[in-house]
This record gives sequence, C-alpha cells and structure tokens, in this order.
Amino acid sequence: MTQPVNQAEIHQAILEQQKADDRKRLMANGVLLLLLLVAPFLMYPVFLMKILCFALFAVAFNLLFGFTGLLSFGHAAFLAAGGYTTGYLLSNMPGLTTEVGILAGTLVATLLGLAFALISIRRQGIYFAMVTLALAQLVFFFFVQSEFTGGEDGMHGIPRGELFGLISLDNNLNMYYFVLTVFIACYFLVQRVVGSPFGQVLKAIKQNEPRAVSLGYKVDRYKVLAFVISAALAGLAGSMKSVVFQLASLNDAHWHMSGEVILMTLVGGMGTLLGPVVGATFVVNVEYQLSQGPLRDWVDPILGGVFVLTVLAFRSGIVGEIQKFMKKNLG
Amino acid sequence: MSMIFGVPLAVLWGQLLIGIINGAFYALLSLGLAVIFGLLKIINFAHGAMYMLGAMCTVLLFDYLGINYWVALFLAPVLVGLVGVVIEYFLLRRIAGQDHIYSLLLTFGVALMLQGVLTNFFGVSGLRYSMPDTFQGGMNLGFMFLPYYRAWVIVVALLVCFGTWFMIEKTKLGSYLRAGTEDAQLMQGFGINVPLLVSLTYGFGVMLAAFAGVLAAPIYSVTPVMGSHILIVVFAVVVIGGMGSIGGAIITGVLMGVVEGLTKTFYPPASSAVIFLVMVVVLLIRPTGLFGKEA
Repeated sequence: MTQPVNQAEIHQAILEQQKADDRKRLMANGVLLLLLLVAPFLMYPVFLMKILCFALFAVAFNLLFGFTGLLSFGHAAFLAAGGYTTGYLLSNMPGLTTEVGILAGTLVATLLGLAFALISIRRQGIYFAMVTLALAQLVFFFFVQSEFTGGEDGMHGIPRGELFGLISLDNNLNMYYFVLTVFIACYFLVQRVVGSPFGQVLKAIKQNEPRAVSLGYKVDRYKVLAFVISAALAGLAGSMKSVVFQLASLNDAHWHMSGEVILMTLVGGMGTLLGPVVGATFVVNVEYQLSQGPLRDWVDPILGGVFVLTVLAFRSGIVGEIQKFMKKNLG
Repeated sequence: MSMIFGVPLAVLWGQLLIGIINGAFYALLSLGLAVIFGLLKIINFAHGAMYMLGAMCTVLLFDYLGINYWVALFLAPVLVGLVGVVIEYFLLRRIAGQDHIYSLLLTFGVALMLQGVLTNFFGVSGLRYSMPDTFQGGMNLGFMFLPYYRAWVIVVALLVCFGTWFMIEKTKLGSYLRAGTEDAQLMQGFGINVPLLVSLTYGFGVMLAAFAGVLAAPIYSVTPVMGSHILIVVFAVVVIGGMGSIGGAIITGVLMGVVEGLTKTFYPPASSAVIFLVMVVVLLIRPTGLFGKEA
C-alpha cells in the first residue's frame, strides 16, 4: 500500500533538492573557476590553453553525442575548417584583429556544419556515423589539395595579433585569459542549451525518437540545430587553437582527430556537462606524459586500449561513474 | 591512337581495369561488413585493420617461414579469422545488447591498437611482396594489355563474392544466418547454438577482409595503415548501396570502383573524392541507398 501523500509537499521537497543541487554546483564551479584563474602561474600557459581548446571541442561534440544521441565521426572537419579559415585570414590580412579572424573561422565551421547536418540526418544510428565520417574525409581531401592550406606542410607562423586591436595576444597570459573567457562563455552557453526546453527535446530524441516524433516535434529541425551549434563551437575551438599554436595542420582534419574527441567525451563521461572537460584534460595529459617517456611511440595503441577499456568497463566515464558512486553512497 | 573525349583509349581501358580491381576489393570488404552487420547488427570498424592483417600476414609468412602465396591465400584468412573470433568472444560478446554505437567504438579502439602496434614494429613505409612467378607478365587483348595477376584478382574476388551470396541466400547454413537476423531468441529456442553462430559469422566476415588483404599484398603497398583509408571509402560504398542486400553490396562495390577509375581518367584531382560525392547525391535523392530497404 502506498501512503497517501500531499502533492504540495512532494513539490516542495523536489524544489529544495534542486536548490541544494544548485548550491553544490555553484560552489564546485566557483572552486574550478578560481583554479583556472591561478593556473597559468603554476603551469605552462600554452599547455593549459591546449587543454581548454580541446575541452571546448569535446564540450561541443558532447552536445551532439551525449545529449542528442547522434554520433558524429566527422567533427575534425569543423575543428580544421575553423583553424584554417582563421589562420588564412590572420596571415593574409594584416589589418584584421584577432577576434574577427576567430569569428570568421567559427562562421565557416557553422556553415559547413549546416551542410553536414542536412545531408547526414537523412540516415540514422550507425549510418549517421558512417556518413559524417565520409563527409569529413571529403573535407580532408579538399584541404589536402587546396593551395591555401599549405597541403601536407600546413600553415605556419600565424600571427596572434591584437584583441580588438588593443591587447597584444603575443603575451601568453593575455592569450590565456582570452581563451579562458571564451571557454567559460561557451560552457555556460551549452549549459543553458541543455537546460532549456530545446535541450529537453534533444534528450527526448535521444531516449526515444519515434515518441518525440509522435508528440509532434519536428525532430529533424532539432537535430540540425543541435548539429549546427555543435559544429560552430567545434570550429571556434579550432580557430582559437590555430591562434594559440600559430599553426594549422592536416592533423586537425584527420579522422584520427574525430576519434580522439569521441574518446575524450567517452572517458570523461558522455551526457554530463563536466565530463568532456575532464576527458579532454585526461587525454591531453596522457598524450603529453607518454610523449615525454620511453613509451612515446605507443601513444596510439595505448589510446586504443583506453577506448576498449572504457567501452567494456566504464561506459559512464569518469564523471558519470563519480556521479553514480555519490548517488549510491551519499543519497 | 584512338581518342575519346581527349583521352587515349588505351589509358581509358587501363583506368577502367584498375577501377574494376579496386571495385573488387570494395565489394569483398563491403560484403564482409554486410555479413557481420546482418547477424551482429554492428559496424565492424576493425574491418580495415583485418584487411591490413591479412596483407601483413601474407608478407610475414613469406619472409619468416617461406610460406608461398598459394598457401597464404588460405592460411592468412584462417589466422586472421581466428583473431576475429577471439575479438568477438572476449570483447564484443561482453557488450552485446548495449547500444550499437558502443560496438562501433569498441572495434574502433581495436583498430587503433592493431594499427599502432604494427606501425611500431614495421613503420609506415611499406613492406615488399613480390608477385608469384605464375602471374608474371600478361596478355595482349588487342585493345589493352591485361596483366595476369589483375585478371586473377578480378576473377577470384568475384567468385568469392558469388560463393558468399550463394551460401547465405541458398543454403541451410545461410537460412540459419538469415533467421538469426530476424529473431535470435526464437532460433535459440529451436536448439540452434546462436552464440557459436555469431562467433563464426564474425570470423567469416573478418576472413573475407583478410582474403582481400592477401589479394592486395602483391599489388598494393603493404603497410600497417593501409586499412584505414580504404575502410572509410567502403563505408561510403555501404551507405550508397545500403546493407539490406548481399547482392547490392557486391554490385555497388564494383560500380564505385569503376566510377573512381573513370574519374581518374577524366578529372584526376576529384578521383579520391568522387565516391564521397556520389554518396552525398544518393543520400539527397534516395536516402535509403540504392538497394536499401531499411529507414
């Protein structure tokens, strides 16, 4: 027998639980922010920026994979499109300020994302993954053969320039705080998107697409919009990366990169907000540590092994497993 | 010399031949993918790596054990098939019932591992494998020169494709496979060992890839990364053809090879991209693929 309960009381309890959760999240975010603000004084800023760029890339990817359930195997195309566009503009148009170059790169990636989305949503599930992979390979060939990308050599010596024509980004600290600001803005944007009614529909599509259709949602439009936002943010990550490292290369467009961002998201925890950030930090660090040691030739097989292990043993990823653990033991 | 659209006829025939050969490889590989997809409902991302293993195996068997091409033609697919059965038994089986995306990711991880480990041992520059003596030379057909080995590849690849089609569509074993695709649980209820069938199917699909690898060893450069590019092309072929029918996979494979060969003749810069462009067009006009039935 269930006990008779007061609806209002339940509602009240849920609200309070939510408030408590919000407080916890706010505190966690505050601590993280503080860490990120002092980090460049403790670690090499360029390395931190590398982590932030990949974290943004993974956050963008996760919006599509973790929250909408669409596995894109072609996100490298957007990273590279952003990077090449920004690199080309900043190298060849001396008057251009950095933020305009980055915006232009993001715009190109957005349009490319729209094209990808319109083609690939015509198939579902694993076919979707194959179509995005093939489209990304098409883009890869375009970059290989184009003059402006420098082909196999890539683009070098991209000037970092000045932000708004005022702040020199050649200074690593300035560059770091700029990248951090963009990253945080994007992170909150994704948080808003996921929490919005739009985000709820995305989750509904992930859980049961036919039901979402039968409820009257124009599922394809939601998918396209999610894809485009994801591609835009991935492009933004690529644009910033090319400014930070002052180079753009074919590595960014290779299918290998698409695999890497999947790994980051999976290891960190797909479908969680913080997961991709943790995953990107983990993967970038592992790659760096391995490349310094005697195992430097074994990066690929080790990452492959991490892939297999994650899929077999902990599909929820680092953040997901921690959440599960907390729920189980701390109520 | 006779010309067609500004291209010497001999060149056209030559490219067409190369196209048919590439097409034969696409057909073998997409056939293996389709067989595995049929029963296991997974996309085998390690398929390119298995093709590579087949070719590497052929070269290494010869270099270290002196085993010749004809023996390798049987031995290499069997060895690689066993690797496949091990992968299915120890890895894929553990995530059966999960979302299909996970099996794709798992096989992707396996492919990265195989490719990475072998790259460390053999580099990426390519191993040499000499053509078996039987196939030296070729015959003059009047309009073009046909090397014996290429003729052999086309004939044997198409025979294997046809044999597989026959086995799946016309034999008892094939009917089990098709029934397993429909309802594995019911099959189990009839007393058929479905897990064994699944292992063998995966092993067989992998064998087809390895067989293609052996055929490729004498004519393509054998490297640990040879499988990754061709796999992406084969994915596009699979999207174009749809995996609903075995025959469709074969026809689409050969067709796409020919399209690629023709593009190489008339507009070389687009040759590596043309199959992907065809895929885009097919998706826009007929989203289920040329032979596809599923949504």
